[in-house]
Amino acid sequence: MSFLKGLRCRECGREFPKEALYVCEYCFGSLEAAYDYDGIKKVLTRDKILRGPKSLWRYRELLPIDGEPTAGFYSGFTPLVKADILAKELGVKELYIKDDSVCHPTWSFKDRVVAVALSRARELGFDTVACASTGNLANSVSANAAWAGFKRYIFIPANLERAKIIGSLVYAPNLVSVNGNYDDVNRLCSEIASKYRWGFVNINLRAYYAEGSKTLGFEIAEQLGWRAPDHIVAPAASGSLITKIWKSLQEFEKLGLLENKVKTKVYCAQPEGCAPIADSILSGSEAIKPVKPDTIAKSLAIGNPADGYYAKDVIRDTGGWAAKATNDEIREGIKLLARTEGIFTETAGGVTVACAKKLIEQGRIPRNESIVLAITGNGLKTQEAIQDSVGEAKLIDPKLDSFEEIVMGVQGSTT
Amino acid sequence: MAVKVRIPTPLQKLAGGKGEVMIEAASIQQMIDTLEKNYPGMKERLCDEQGKIRRFVNVYLNEEDIRFLDKEATALKAGDEISIVPAIAGG
Repeated sequence: MSFLKGLRCRECGREFPKEALYVCEYCFGSLEAAYDYDGIKKVLTRDKILRGPKSLWRYRELLPIDGEPTAGFYSGFTPLVKADILAKELGVKELYIKDDSVCHPTWSFKDRVVAVALSRARELGFDTVACASTGNLANSVSANAAWAGFKRYIFIPANLERAKIIGSLVYAPNLVSVNGNYDDVNRLCSEIASKYRWGFVNINLRAYYAEGSKTLGFEIAEQLGWRAPDHIVAPAASGSLITKIWKSLQEFEKLGLLENKVKTKVYCAQPEGCAPIADSILSGSEAIKPVKPDTIAKSLAIGNPADGYYAKDVIRDTGGWAAKATNDEIREGIKLLARTEGIFTETAGGVTVACAKKLIEQGRIPRNESIVLAITGNGLKTQEAIQDSVGEAKLIDPKLDSFEEIVMGVQGSTT
Repeated sequence: MAVKVRIPTPLQKLAGGKGEVMIEAASIQQMIDTLEKNYPGMKERLCDEQGKIRRFVNVYLNEEDIRFLDKEATALKAGDEISIVPAIAGG
């Protein structure tokens, strides 16, 4: 049963049929899925969700497909880790990590959006899917499209981390490395998308794809015992995740699924070398000024964020704020999370941890309220970023003496 | 000065179904005004009430975003190529 009514322009409100359309024909605003919430309210209960699959598809009624899902059966439903050691280190009372570094199958929150995009791509009759990506989406489309049996074309900027390139190639996609930055790749892809009838997950399937990010927010609320947290810190590239986390909490509230009233403040974390959204918040500007990215957080290196304006509005409307992290702070953030909570996140996660630390120190986030950090990707993909700042293993001979001398610091042992 | 303008899919109907058109213009502003003259209705789609290019419309001159150049006042020369591209999501 479908609760997807159609698509609606986020700018002018004009309605469109639920096809592979991505911008309003009239004003170029982006299109968003529109649902029959009255219908959903009649069938969706906490009990139904609890009995659903242990994946993002437990929220299927709130996702933009008509029939049954056909991709990403194991994606989502990642751990919400109570981070007591990190909380102590940061001097806060109640802290959680939403750990999408272990999202199935490619270790980032992109597996959520791709699950939805590919299910919809099949419904719309595409046999080929494609994407423009900073790396994580490339991995996810490559893998999920292999499993779902699509032909696949993946476009990435040429300077990506090696692990993200291999992590796409292994699934045998048509991987196209473009001389240019992500914004160049995106522009090229939008021209390709208008010429070839492919399902570009983040272009002509964007209205469906983006909705997958809501499941991260649904899970946070469910895992907190059907409560919205007081504060959520999330990284921003295009800004879409921030808008969808906020939408997810509003939808749960509208459907009467929450114990508390949503008063969540949403905060944006961006790297110093690419912070168009954070800059607009910090400077109080209405405009989002595009930038040329220069940061080790390549998954956040989008200089011209498509959802920048909407993300800024969510941050302002909820009473949140923004922070920026330097490359060194990003590395420290990665190491801090690993050392305290045993979670190895990629550079984007380092940005989130570093920015959360700043926001707490600045008093923007109070120390005695519940805080969730959205950790969206896995550290094994961006090892270059920290390889020179984690030290080396201690090298010893395979002898007890050598172990005790070099590791335990005991000299001249006779045992 | 003849420049080549790539027309995005949603506007191709206004341009008689063409994906590319050649027009005479010495600046981005003139290009928009000429597009409007040749293909009425185009300007209100590309620009807001103040006549500024809408915030979700990206215009590239020879692959460079005009917001890094002179915005609407960016000068054009013969043979330039302009792409009009709606903002798209990231990843």
